[in-house]
Amino acid sequence: MRWTEIVGTLMFATMAAGAQQSPPPVRQLPQLPTVPTIPAPAPPPGVQPPRFLVVIDAAHGGNDIGARIGDGIQEKDVTLGLAGRLRSTLRARGVDVVMTRTADLNLAAANRAEDANHAQASACLTIHATATGSGVHLYTSSLTPAANERFLAWGTAQAAYVTQSMKLESEIDTALAHAAIPVTLGKASVAPMDSIACPEVAVELAPLVGGHVTSTKALTDVSYQKTVVDAVAAALDQWRSDWKP
Amino acid sequence: MISRFQKFLFFAMLVACVGMAAFLIRLRNRAQDRLAAQAAAAPAEMAETATSAQKTVTLYVPNDLDDSLIAFDRNLSLPEDRNAQARVILAALVEAYRAPGSTHPMNVASGINELYFLPVRQAKDGAGNAEQMAVVDLSGALAAAQPSGIEPETLTLLSIMATLHANLPAVTQVHFLVDGQQRETLAGHADLTRTYLAGDEPNFQRSASIDPQEPGARPSALGRELPASGFQLPASRGGR
Repeated sequence: MRWTEIVGTLMFATMAAGAQQSPPPVRQLPQLPTVPTIPAPAPPPGVQPPRFLVVIDAAHGGNDIGARIGDGIQEKDVTLGLAGRLRSTLRARGVDVVMTRTADLNLAAANRAEDANHAQASACLTIHATATGSGVHLYTSSLTPAANERFLAWGTAQAAYVTQSMKLESEIDTALAHAAIPVTLGKASVAPMDSIACPEVAVELAPLVGGHVTSTKALTDVSYQKTVVDAVAAALDQWRSDWKP
Repeated sequence: MISRFQKFLFFAMLVACVGMAAFLIRLRNRAQDRLAAQAAAAPAEMAETATSAQKTVTLYVPNDLDDSLIAFDRNLSLPEDRNAQARVILAALVEAYRAPGSTHPMNVASGINELYFLPVRQAKDGAGNAEQMAVVDLSGALAAAQPSGIEPETLTLLSIMATLHANLPAVTQVHFLVDGQQRETLAGHADLTRTYLAGDEPNFQRSASIDPQEPGARPSALGRELPASGFQLPASRGGR
């Protein structure tokens, strides 16, 4: 027998056996249309969803002592202490924090902006202190608001975030008002504010001048600093609630 | 032997020389008198043009307590020259900083070294209303006496810009130097590397008091205080 005849016989036998085992045909009911389900796209490997992160920049440091507050107190030390307290308070509230410096070291303005931009933060605060004025001074960039584009010029990157910065400033202002701390709002040109690509507010702490609802408190008064830190942390908590990545 | 003709010629030439010498001396004396008369007349003319009637100028003095600028009107004798005018006005402003009871105290004797005006843009109609940039050369003494901080430094710059623009409206941009040199900040905070716009109309407090030394306009720092300043820092970043 030739091999082609053997193969043909085997195929015929297989088809005949399949016809005997298959059930009789059943009339199928028409199926209702179903909503197609789209599987959720899995995040690409190595990419994490955006998280709420706050960058705190303690101004000055190292050879740059900042303002002389008085009695041997230098601004760089006050800002570092205040930034540390704010970091602790925010972490207690479950907010991730990155500080540009945690020790007394020289740090150029460009490096501070670089660190803040690299962190892709949801809010950036620069902490300052001065012996002049009363209460807390809040400053945002003096740049004209501009559209957020893929590439931002280094010197004017903040322009794309000025509107958000002013909203953040408003949140902090409200929280400080609830804490009965006098606030002055303004616009300023202070490095590295204009190069930071995130909602950015400069918080400058001044002594509290006594009045009808406030009592005189020194810049280094711990209870005064705690009141301010708690208010700013509450504002950032509120900012997180409103935050949309 | 000398002939009579030669003797006559010699004496004639001698007389001519003496006469010419006398004439030159007389001319020289007259020229000296004329120059002396001009020199004597010049100071009177210069004094007449340099001083003019007193004018009312507006000084914007910062108030550190509420982050505002307060306008004061003062009568000053201003010279005709614009540069000298601006220097007199800014000197009066620095004097207001130094005055007892100042709302922006700064103990400095001389604040402005020099002031220059540069053309910015020609007016379209060519009527000579071109905008100008004022380059203000601050003294190192002022920078040293400047209280450090975002608020006090920004207020000092705003005060100078607003005062310049209020009295010399053609000044729409201001750039700051310290002792003739470019400097990064005034006293550690306010950026001096950029050119500031001074063209916006300020919306500051205006004091009822004429003399900034009168401490009657100091506002309270109690409760909520928003800045009275509507003066915006520049929208553009010129000079970079």
